[in-house]
Amino acid sequence: MNARTLRGKVAVVGIGETTYYKHGQSPDAEFKLALQAILAACGDAGIDPHCIDGFASYSEDRNDATRLAVALGLPRLRSATMQWGGGGGGCCAAVANGAAAIATGQADCVVVFRSLAQGQYGRFGHVSATTTAATVSGERAYLAPYGVISPPQRFAMRVRRYMHEHGVRQEALRAIAMASYHHAQNNPRAVMNGKPLDEATYDASRWIVEPLHLFDCCMENDGAAALILMDAQRAADCAQKPVYLLGAAAGSGPRFGSFAHNSIEYASGNFGTVAPDLYRMAGVEPKDVGVVQAYENFTGGVLMALAEHGFFPPEAANDFLVLDNLVAKGGRLPLNTSGGNLAECYVHGFELVLEAVRQVRGTSSNQAARNDVALVVGGPMVSPVSDLLLGSGDVL
Amino acid sequence: MSSAPTSAPYLPPGLQMPVAETDGLSAPYWAGLQQEKLLVQRCSRCKRWQFGPEWICHKCHAFDPDWVEVPAEGRIYSWERVWHPVHPALKGHCPYLAVLVELPHAGGLRMVGNLLGDPLQEVRIGASVTGIFEHHSQASLLQWQCAQASKGVTI
Repeated sequence: MNARTLRGKVAVVGIGETTYYKHGQSPDAEFKLALQAILAACGDAGIDPHCIDGFASYSEDRNDATRLAVALGLPRLRSATMQWGGGGGGCCAAVANGAAAIATGQADCVVVFRSLAQGQYGRFGHVSATTTAATVSGERAYLAPYGVISPPQRFAMRVRRYMHEHGVRQEALRAIAMASYHHAQNNPRAVMNGKPLDEATYDASRWIVEPLHLFDCCMENDGAAALILMDAQRAADCAQKPVYLLGAAAGSGPRFGSFAHNSIEYASGNFGTVAPDLYRMAGVEPKDVGVVQAYENFTGGVLMALAEHGFFPPEAANDFLVLDNLVAKGGRLPLNTSGGNLAECYVHGFELVLEAVRQVRGTSSNQAARNDVALVVGGPMVSPVSDLLLGSGDVL
Repeated sequence: MSSAPTSAPYLPPGLQMPVAETDGLSAPYWAGLQQEKLLVQRCSRCKRWQFGPEWICHKCHAFDPDWVEVPAEGRIYSWERVWHPVHPALKGHCPYLAVLVELPHAGGLRMVGNLLGDPLQEVRIGASVTGIFEHHSQASLLQWQCAQASKGVTI
């Protein structure tokens, strides 16, 4: 019987991104950004864009597969998948969905991408028509009338509860923010390149919502990022060193999305059921992972995600989460080595997937010492979440 | 439990007011608040508590769980102090406190509300709180007050 797995069957053969902008500063339309990133990824892979026969994305990306196929003049469109759920919870699942299409013979060359021009379509952290209508129904009805409106306001109480249950100090969150900013200083793509962060600046920064300072919250940006997937055999003929999917998982724990903060496991990043699936498919353990890209909607979510992926017990968070442990290349677990959502660009976490590919290739501007196995974690505290393990051919 | 008809709402006017979905799922909850009753779902077959409301019991899958009244008394399970206003109505009204309250009389269900009183007060997870119904023209909200501070209020 064939094992039901993606391990070693599909590889990332190309990556590409646009210039990363502060929100509102892209001179180009969001759809054009998507096209630019896709063509850049094809160029990186050394393939003709007309080879593309599938698209995968997440978080209700507005740049739909059919319009892309039409604009690119593709001879045929085959797979077109959208991962349910908002936020960055789908950034790894979109890769898995594209890979599944290839592994099951439904497509040969799938683009996975996210394009986000918040200057053109509005920011998640600001009010919109949805949040200023006179009335509200559904889950937001239990929150918005009490001033619990924006993403940081909806997640701060989870973080506070986690810190309370496990005795986590603010300094642990600070170390996560500082790791992203540290790495961004070496990354010319990063929006926060040239803007280092020190402890005093973090400590003095304003609260957005306690326990989250300004620097605990992701940026909002304009930009697009894309990657190209092919089956492992064809990947060997492409221009770049193939980066293989070792494992992928997505989902949610029991009743995690219950309305009005009624998740059974409230103080959780929601990887309790997902992380074991990931390691099982990949056939690796936390100690095998050399470098991690963990979605920073808020630093508190990174804290939970790392603990739930087995890098430290929650009670050891204060000891593990210090800057020296989190920086490339010599840290115990280099974290968010491009600067991620906090300091590179908020492309809903897809910039994190690209950075994991660079790590396995050995081409990151903050290269980790151990790079054969790279973890990406998408979407802590949302539902569904997803994660991904990438690796070199040596691991297979 | 007490209403606070004469005091101003905790947050300024202009925030969205809750209404039931078009299918009416949560209508009993919102109607209950207007009558100063806290209603939550409890399955008549397996007695499982449930919130937010749903058309089915998540444990035994019996349809249409009962709505039962529970005391508006609980404990602070988590909290946040909001400093950055994201809604125009809140400009100049930060900080304010939101709390997540666990209801021990309703199987540990949780409710989000505001913690009345000084927005800079020290908040303690586990502290006992009492519900205060806050009436607006279109809907009513359920706010919370530290149990000690609410002494003297008719309960």
